[in-house]
Amino acid sequence: MSPRRRRQIDDRFADAPLDGPLLDVNGVQTFFKTPRGLVRAVDGVSLTLERGKTIGIVGESGSGKSVLSRSIMGLLPNNVVRHGSIKFEGREIGDADTETMRGYWGTQMSMVFQDPMTSLNPVMRVGNQITESLRYHLDVTKDYANETALALLQSVGIPEAERRMREYPHQLSGGMRQRVMIAIALACGPRLLFADEPTTALDVTVQAQILDLLQAQQRERFMAMVLVTHDLGVVAGRADNTGVMYAGQIVEYASTRTLFSETRHPYTEALLKSIPKLSQPSHTRLDAISGRPPDLVSPPVGCKFAARCGFAQPKCIAEEPALSDETTPGHAFRCFYPVGTPAGTDALERNLAAGVTATGLTVTRVGDALATGVDAVIA
Amino acid sequence: MLEHSPSTVAAPVDAPPPATEPPPPDTEFVRARSQRVGLGGILGIIWLGFVAICAIVIPMVVKNPTNPGLLAARGMFKVSGHPLGGDSAGNDMLLQLAKGARSSLIVAIGAVAVGLVLGGTLGLIAGYYRGRIDTLLTSTFNILLAIPQFVLAVALVSVLANDSISKQGIPVPVTTGRRLAVLVIALGIVSTPILARITRANTLQWAQREFVLAARAQGATNRRVMIREVLPNVLPAMFSIALLGIAVAMVAEGGLSILGVGVHLPGVSWGSLIAQGRNSLQSQPSVVFEPIVCLFLTVLSLNYLGDVVRARFDVRESVL
Amino acid sequence: MRVALRRVIQLVVVLVFVSFFSFSLIQLVPGDPVVAIVGFASPAQLAQVRHQIGLDDPFLLQYWHWLGGFIHGDLGQHYSGPTGRSAVSTGIAQSLPVTLELMAFAMILTIVIAIPLGILSAYRSGTLTDKLISATAFGSIAMPDFALAIVLSFWVGVKLKWLPTSGFTHLSDGFVKNIKSLTLPAVSLAVGQIAAYMRLLRSDMIATLQEDYILMAKSKGIPTRRILWRHALRPSSLTLLTVAGLNIGALIGGTIVVENLFEIPGMGKLLFFAIFGRQFVELQSIVAVIAVGYVLVNVAVDILYTVLDPRIRDARALA
Repeated sequence: MSPRRRRQIDDRFADAPLDGPLLDVNGVQTFFKTPRGLVRAVDGVSLTLERGKTIGIVGESGSGKSVLSRSIMGLLPNNVVRHGSIKFEGREIGDADTETMRGYWGTQMSMVFQDPMTSLNPVMRVGNQITESLRYHLDVTKDYANETALALLQSVGIPEAERRMREYPHQLSGGMRQRVMIAIALACGPRLLFADEPTTALDVTVQAQILDLLQAQQRERFMAMVLVTHDLGVVAGRADNTGVMYAGQIVEYASTRTLFSETRHPYTEALLKSIPKLSQPSHTRLDAISGRPPDLVSPPVGCKFAARCGFAQPKCIAEEPALSDETTPGHAFRCFYPVGTPAGTDALERNLAAGVTATGLTVTRVGDALATGVDAVIA
Repeated sequence: MLEHSPSTVAAPVDAPPPATEPPPPDTEFVRARSQRVGLGGILGIIWLGFVAICAIVIPMVVKNPTNPGLLAARGMFKVSGHPLGGDSAGNDMLLQLAKGARSSLIVAIGAVAVGLVLGGTLGLIAGYYRGRIDTLLTSTFNILLAIPQFVLAVALVSVLANDSISKQGIPVPVTTGRRLAVLVIALGIVSTPILARITRANTLQWAQREFVLAARAQGATNRRVMIREVLPNVLPAMFSIALLGIAVAMVAEGGLSILGVGVHLPGVSWGSLIAQGRNSLQSQPSVVFEPIVCLFLTVLSLNYLGDVVRARFDVRESVL
Repeated sequence: MRVALRRVIQLVVVLVFVSFFSFSLIQLVPGDPVVAIVGFASPAQLAQVRHQIGLDDPFLLQYWHWLGGFIHGDLGQHYSGPTGRSAVSTGIAQSLPVTLELMAFAMILTIVIAIPLGILSAYRSGTLTDKLISATAFGSIAMPDFALAIVLSFWVGVKLKWLPTSGFTHLSDGFVKNIKSLTLPAVSLAVGQIAAYMRLLRSDMIATLQEDYILMAKSKGIPTRRILWRHALRPSSLTLLTVAGLNIGALIGGTIVVENLFEIPGMGKLLFFAIFGRQFVELQSIVAVIAVGYVLVNVAVDILYTVLDPRIRDARALA
């Protein structure tokens, strides 16, 4: 093989500095050029991830969570504008070109995609899709690659792995396909795994299995994981820290336990409240968050969630709150009137009394919960 | 229905456009641009208009006999008053080209018209009624398509345009008019299955819409619904195919001429000019190249405009 | 198995219809076909020929005899005058290989050039390279095969004298000469085909490149070249195969004309002589042979399609 390739491979296994986080993201912005204007899909996100730890990124569709993970990995096409710093093992990769990044993809960081049906090549055998990675990156023989692929398939829990190797994706069930995807992603032993909505396309019964699998693999390999999802239930018990994203920004970031028990941002609170619970009596109305995310081409000046927030005050429209953990170290949030604080509680009471927030959103209390917008009108 | 086969009897539901025309890529930017006619389109319209006018006007106005001077001075711009030179018999090329345009256009437009009427009707019926009628008709189309188009055309023309025998047993040569008619019919028949398939595909899309159901619910007969509700929506797509079809028919006529079954003397078509001009390729290449250029530009214009019309009207594109 | 049986029945039905149509051609001749075929002859001779051709029999019986003859290789006679006859099958046996070689040459050129161009164009879609290639392709499609043949013939053959413009050297008489004699015709045929396939591949690949599994392959660190050729091309090539059947029909038409332009003694030239000499029996047989060949090619393409696309293969097996 060429000296350049040899150097690339050697470089990959060079010992990384042990101090410092595995991934250090600082002020990342990702904009898309469209005929309508610049879409600010990710607008200033910072986070750090230690080896072996899991970070959850939660957000609704359009919050920018998928764009964020792809942006960090560098998978986006060239007509995308990126700013900010991304450091992997201390090395800056935010401005690296595709050639350089290719040295990282598969071997240092890899991604498990949302829809296994469309993410696997329909005309390539399953086994080949795994061994391709191995043979290209690790320069091993065909037999060795096949053996490793077989072992991988077995380790992700695929029965009759030998037979499956020769099959095509359409011959496998959804859950099995996702396992294959995980096997492919783990093939070369990456240190960082991005799981982009790994269970969204799967049956509920299979979801837990897949998440358990990911967790088990992670522990075995001491691998860090970024778990991107819209479902708060997915991160509960599985992510060490969780960030909630809205309109391209992180609005709350804390250890998962704290996020659930001491929620501060009204959006997170609303998300938590919207999860249906078994303990609720039948015919309970579900608490959705009324309204839609803001236009990312010309986002509002103040807090981006203000238009849908039951706590909104005039300040929220005028100024954008900064992400800060001053009051609660280790727990950052972006709000002037957070939930569970005197300022927040006052703001909410004022709004309820007036029946409307500073942005003109109607609010009322319905039993234990808050109803906004249309729901408030109906209630 | 998972039949992806190109086999002759089991056809895909979506008839593919003629093999040379793939669908344009749908990125958001291309869509915006293709809505406009564009410079190419304008040039195309100008050229086609020019050809049509020349075809109609010049043979009526210019009645100039053979000029021996043209025989001696070969090539373009050699003899005054004859900018395009002359052919091997001393006729003015401009006149010949205009006369040729007439025949070529008559044949091409005629053939497409026949094809649209026959094929369009059959396709409309097949797509609207579906069920057994559809299966029967589609099978027929596919069988007709089992013979390569050009071969079919050659066979039909050579057989139908044979000289007839008069009572005295002397062969009567086929008149130009008869030849043209045969060409139109033969090419029309050849183009019918493909036009029928495309009409059917378009009809299928429209016939399921609610406004058709609404018309039926108001008591309209099937025939009325087909003609007044479905057909107007199918027509724009057919217009684009018609333009492309005219181009294909012109080229086919050229091919037929080279095989000796196109337009014969004293009739002239671009194809026959090219075929006959071959003999003087070495000595007087302009005789061949001029009709080639005309044919090329015409086909180019028709192709371009066909694409523009399709991009504008094709249901699938504009839904984006 | 049921599927295979159904397809065989379909195939037979098509073959029957196609052969029936070819056979019926002679019935469409206005006037007396025998006179046309034989030329000047005495009534007795005409009657004899008519009997030989079988035109006195009732229609369906004629077809039966004709079909029987066809299957056994008796493709009728070529009449040069009332008494001179030669078997059409001899002529076809000599011409068919030549035509097949020319077509194969053209197809090889097409595949070798169209696929890389299509991939390049799709990968660099929107750039100047792509626009140039696409514009050239568009222009090439507008240029008819025969027109290009004449132009090439003039410039390359007459002016530059690099390649012969007429005549054909058999393979047995020298490989290089053989290839040279077929080059201009093959190129004339290939250009239009290249343009058509390239455009189709391009638009299909642009769509394929937007698929999730391409992003997935990229995220595995696979280099672009490999992604294009191994991951993206496979599904897209199936579209090419789908139109291959129709395109081969167009290729046949083009080949017939081009053979006449370059004096290549293939089926096209044979067809020309049959028409010129009003040999309707021969004409029928030639048309039948070409049509049957085309049907068989389509069947082969169909089978190939099944083999290449694993999804269809399994769907068919279940159907």
